[in-house]
Amino acid sequence: MISRTVDVEAKEFERQTGWEIKPEGACKDGRCVPLPAPLSSVVDLRIIAERLHMPLVHDEAAGLWCLGPEAGGKALTSARAPDLELPDWHGDTFRLSSLLGQKVLLVAWASW
Amino acid sequence: MWQALRTELHEQGLELVTVALDANVETARRIIENVAPTHPAVIDQEHTVDALFGIVNVPTGVWIDERGMIVRPPEPAFPGRSAYRDVAISDKLPQRLQDMLAEASKIRAEPEKYVGALRDWVKQGAKSPYALSPSEVIERSRPRPWEEALAAAHFELGAHLHARGHAEGAVQHWREAHRLQPDNWTYKRQAWSLADPLQGPSDLYEGDWLSEVRKTGPENYYPPLRM
Repeated sequence: MISRTVDVEAKEFERQTGWEIKPEGACKDGRCVPLPAPLSSVVDLRIIAERLHMPLVHDEAAGLWCLGPEAGGKALTSARAPDLELPDWHGDTFRLSSLLGQKVLLVAWASW
Repeated sequence: MWQALRTELHEQGLELVTVALDANVETARRIIENVAPTHPAVIDQEHTVDALFGIVNVPTGVWIDERGMIVRPPEPAFPGRSAYRDVAISDKLPQRLQDMLAEASKIRAEPEKYVGALRDWVKQGAKSPYALSPSEVIERSRPRPWEEALAAAHFELGAHLHARGHAEGAVQHWREAHRLQPDNWTYKRQAWSLADPLQGPSDLYEGDWLSEVRKTGPENYYPPLRM
């Protein structure tokens, strides 16, 4: 996820990464990783990166931070499909979860 | 070809979602508009599905069941025989393109096996031998060492800059992504294609499609299907 600041609203962090900020720490797929700071509505990406073993890249010239995915395990840490959220070709937001109840074949392709 | 397969299998309960990995939205949108698909067709400028699912090349398919559980992790997905295979290579084409087409014709593709398995799963659901258990799905997904997680962050940052008109700022991040995850073809081909339509050598990036496919071997461009 991209951010202009190292402090990110917890709600935004949850929406983009699927990790929920709870009293017991950052939680996903039934697993919780304790966080040092008391529960707050803002998370510090530097602390999150260290605790969740995610790379954090800073581009000073552009004034941007980018938090990468969790490292050290598998690309899929759970078989539950992530809730992919992307614009469709009309520009409307598509959510993978809107297709619950149907079988889905997701195909990645490219023009190049 | 995907649209035809979707039409066939939709009434049996399958929906198709196509994800275009294209830093230039308009390029992808023009192709999609020509097909005017009836299924969701989304555009992923930052190649987020690479990090989310462990995708490294296209075309790649992922199967997801009615409960939102992945039953087959990313694998090469061809809906039919590729047009590249049967094309007679004209000697009037640029030499590089002739060489690329010759190499592409040697790339392994297994459409019959893939589509056969897909039809079986759509019909039989969890009883299909091709539907994997959650632990098998996780096990078969790619390992994510630190370098690949870092590559994903650099690629995303580069794509973010590119999308906002800072193409020059993207280059250093994309170069870094290529170095950190050298077997991710979507990261490389995206960058090469923006530097040169034939994905040939450029001043901006290491390597080019033709020489890297030759180095890897066209038979290893996609892994064999484990079905």
